[in-house]
Amino acid sequence: MTSSAKREARRSTNSDGPLLRALTTIPALAYLLIFMAVPLVLVISYAFLTSGRFGGVRLPVSFESIARLTQPLYRDVLFTSILTAGAATLIAFLLGFPAALVITRLTPKWQTVALIAVVLPFWTNFLIRTYAWIVLLNREGLFNHALANVGLGPIDVLYTRSAVVLGLSYAYIPLMVLPIYASLQRLDPSILEAARNLGAGGWRRFRTVLLPLTMPGIITGALFVFIPSLGNFVIAELLGGGNSQMIGNLIRDQFLKARDWPFGSALSLLVLALLVIIVMAQARASRRTREWSA
Amino acid sequence: MRGAFRTLPLWVLYVFLYLPIVVVVIMSFNASKNPFVWSGFSLKWYPELLQDSEIMAGLRTTLIVAVGCTVISVILGTLLAIALERVLPSRALDAASTAPAVMPDIVLAIGLLAFYTMVSFSLGAVSVMLAHSVFGIAFVAAVVRVRLAGMDNSLEEASRDLGASAARTFRKVTLPGLRPAIIAGALLAFTLSLDEFTVAFFTSSPSDPTLPVVIYSRVRFGVTPQINALATILLLVSFIAVILAQRTSRLSDTLKGGEPA
Repeated sequence: MTSSAKREARRSTNSDGPLLRALTTIPALAYLLIFMAVPLVLVISYAFLTSGRFGGVRLPVSFESIARLTQPLYRDVLFTSILTAGAATLIAFLLGFPAALVITRLTPKWQTVALIAVVLPFWTNFLIRTYAWIVLLNREGLFNHALANVGLGPIDVLYTRSAVVLGLSYAYIPLMVLPIYASLQRLDPSILEAARNLGAGGWRRFRTVLLPLTMPGIITGALFVFIPSLGNFVIAELLGGGNSQMIGNLIRDQFLKARDWPFGSALSLLVLALLVIIVMAQARASRRTREWSA
Repeated sequence: MRGAFRTLPLWVLYVFLYLPIVVVVIMSFNASKNPFVWSGFSLKWYPELLQDSEIMAGLRTTLIVAVGCTVISVILGTLLAIALERVLPSRALDAASTAPAVMPDIVLAIGLLAFYTMVSFSLGAVSVMLAHSVFGIAFVAAVVRVRLAGMDNSLEEASRDLGASAARTFRKVTLPGLRPAIIAGALLAFTLSLDEFTVAFFTSSPSDPTLPVVIYSRVRFGVTPQINALATILLLVSFIAVILAQRTSRLSDTLKGGEPA
């Protein structure tokens, strides 16, 4: 850098000018552009191209891959995959909502401890957490030992779709609890009190006040459980024993085995479309909640 | 008793979350080769890990990836947080910084594989490191941002009024105030990279896999006591990193506010 350029740089820094703005925004944005936006655009555009002979893609533009999504063979996998992810999301909600409610009633110090304890497993290796269920659910595992002690079982949960649902909800449940907790935390307690004073019972307060007001958090939580569940191929493989595929398994196979990148991209496009739908539902719910509270 | 009953849903969640983890840790001290039957206490699986060249090579790759990812994430994530809170707050920037958290990992994984293939970038430790940093930047930005929002900017203004340049103010005032958040962000980026599987699976080289990819290839063929021991060590590292992050920077503030209203 020449000395006049250095002077120039110093002057513009001193005036808090465009240099500072450029320095703080451009590096990170450029990074996310190259390593996130470009790959995303590639996936979307590959869905409309023709498969290359040895992987990769080539022209001409084609809608064949998108059309294949509706073939009965794939339609069934997509449908059951969505049902499985939906069941995992429901279980995460049923376990997560009451737990989040309990956390909001603790003292602030204990709330911190409780929240950290919820997210701690999420920050550990997810393969290991999945694999732990094999140890637990195996025919000779702890679960069946416990059943045998009370004269029951053994039950073969492992390598069934139920095990996949269980594994998925287990893997992502912390991401359900956090946004629900945040929504509950923001709730004005006087609204619940008013409902109680007006004679609304517990279930009614839940259904007509608590649930609608925390809907934005619930949908955000559902988003964070449902979408990664669709794309997860490990849990279906390790706990489902190969007979309960998720969309993620199909995507992996198209990229690494069948070498049909356009079809793999079309499957990813479907996941992205579902993501967009849920994000829009979330935005709508939070708008409505804001209007309601105002 | 009534109190215990009221907190029951939370305890149910904790049992669900921690029971599998506890079982893996206990089984790592099992003397038997059969991973499902307890036959006495033993530490023998831990030293055996050191003899496993595939696991040691995976560990080496993973550490290179995680350290590189941490450096990239801390620098770019901190700059992004400053842009978001102080320099150029905008909805577009907000969306860009939260996008990695919402992006399905498998879509990012195949997108990056397609991108690396297109530009003929060879797969290896560097390609995984660059990929993990996408998530790392978002996490560091989120943690540092909360700290910045809670920091009184009158100190920075005073520094500027006394004639310090923006760069000097940043170095002498803003940065020291941000240190705890930056350390916490670094710990999170490191743990994230250490444990990440999906993106690493697609963007690593088959001849140079990261540790989670090695674990995956082992676990597919069944449960072994060595993997239980390795799992216990990795769990311990992650637990310590997250608890340290909480202690240095009240990570929970990010958790509590970390949701779009």
